[in-house]
Amino acid sequence: MGHSRFGDRSDVNLSELTFESVQPALEDSGLTAKQIPYVAVGSMGVWSEEPLPAVVIAEYCGLTGAGLVRCEAACASGSAAAFNAYSAIASGQLDTALVVGVEKMRQIDTPTALEIIGRAGYYLWEFENFGMTFPAYYAVHAVQHMAKYETTEEDLALVAVKNHRYGAINPLAHLQHEITVEKVLNSSVIAWPLKLYDCCPITDGTAAVVLASEDKVKELGVEDPVWIEAIGFSSDTANLSKRENYVGLEASVRASRMAYKMAGVSPKDVDVATVHDCFTIAEIMAYEDLGFCMKGEGARMVREGETEMGGRIPVNVDGGLKAKGHPIGTTGVSMLAELTKQLREEIKPKERQAPMKNYTALAHNTGGTGHYCYVTILRR
Amino acid sequence: MTNVDKPLTLKSARSLHLTYNLPISRTSKFWKGLKEGKIYATKCPKCGKLHFPPVADCGDCGSSNLKWTELDGEGEIETFTQVVVKPASFSNEADYIVAIAQLKEGVKALAWLTGVEREDVQVGMKVRLVPKITSMGKVSYQFIPI
Repeated sequence: MGHSRFGDRSDVNLSELTFESVQPALEDSGLTAKQIPYVAVGSMGVWSEEPLPAVVIAEYCGLTGAGLVRCEAACASGSAAAFNAYSAIASGQLDTALVVGVEKMRQIDTPTALEIIGRAGYYLWEFENFGMTFPAYYAVHAVQHMAKYETTEEDLALVAVKNHRYGAINPLAHLQHEITVEKVLNSSVIAWPLKLYDCCPITDGTAAVVLASEDKVKELGVEDPVWIEAIGFSSDTANLSKRENYVGLEASVRASRMAYKMAGVSPKDVDVATVHDCFTIAEIMAYEDLGFCMKGEGARMVREGETEMGGRIPVNVDGGLKAKGHPIGTTGVSMLAELTKQLREEIKPKERQAPMKNYTALAHNTGGTGHYCYVTILRR
Repeated sequence: MTNVDKPLTLKSARSLHLTYNLPISRTSKFWKGLKEGKIYATKCPKCGKLHFPPVADCGDCGSSNLKWTELDGEGEIETFTQVVVKPASFSNEADYIVAIAQLKEGVKALAWLTGVEREDVQVGMKVRLVPKITSMGKVSYQFIPI
């Protein structure tokens, strides 16, 4: 696997950035670019100048000639790319493939970036006349969760504080500083009740992983590989108004149940998880939707430190989308790269290495407001 | 190569401005209805599903023979937010409240809620969905408190 430093990466262009994840991923796997038969790229684009990012980065990284596709599942594009490559290998057609996530979101101004992400729902019925933004989509979930389960703005702030604590010690994170509950509560309102520090930043970054079949792994002599045990997936309506409620994301429930069944594990077997915390409320809903706790108990989990290092299931100990950053199409691949390192017990500094009992990790990656969802279970 | 202190960027000399034409022929009664002060939904005569926003084809059963039906518009707020940081194309608007309400006919709608301060909005509040003309002179709809 390979993973660039996340942040404002105006120092490099799209291709140069991608090289920062692809080259280390190839070196880690023992393969060269010419030996890669297929590349699946997770990228949403629009905010950077290339409409065909896959071909541009493939040329730059020496991958031209390989089968090539760009996958779009909004913020879950990286997981969609991983599923695409995984399926090609599982079908027996390929013995190896490269999954790349890349996004450069900081080449345009912030209001335009908000415009593009805000349109990622049902354009005609939610954006044209009503100007929904991404924070607003999650804010309506926060409001109903707060009304129904007495989740508070302080609870939301605790998620941000936790994730910043780990972001502060992750040298690849966008926001490497700790924050306090007061700082979150006093930050400016973006979409009430969500404030600046409830929201993930706009980030540039890339990650890459090499996937291989069991036979290929043996051939390459890879010691102690990390296996994809399951990839579950689901989706939900484009119009939020066509959903039952706003206290969770049904796509997360369905995708996770599918993944648990396929892997033959339950939530209690998970040693470490990355969940899609694009906004603080999203992490609380994810605990519930993934079955880490009962519905309505998500806030209690963060209050009682159950998802911190040393807790029952450490969650987002890389800083999460909240502090590590959320380069849209990269996030799903970044989760796989992080969890691979966690499972190999190679995380530095050790303060954010989760203890392994079952050597089982879970990545939860949603696109849009639970419009798409992928849940991947990894094992060593 | 080393990183310079201030990254050098080349500002592109080419810009792209996109304005889409949205086809509304098959839902034209809805848009005409707004001008007449009415809110229409479509109902599938085959499976009985009521659709709002209106659709021309029923994805539930595959029928394309949908019937227009007027909604009363009365509903109850399920959730809401107030958008403070706005998208570029809404930058001239004052902060706006977006609500999702359950209408008494059984469908939900998402629209701006006007005529009330955010501090006074509550989940469960009674509202009515009514047509409106936007600040840009286009037909739309909004919730108002009852």
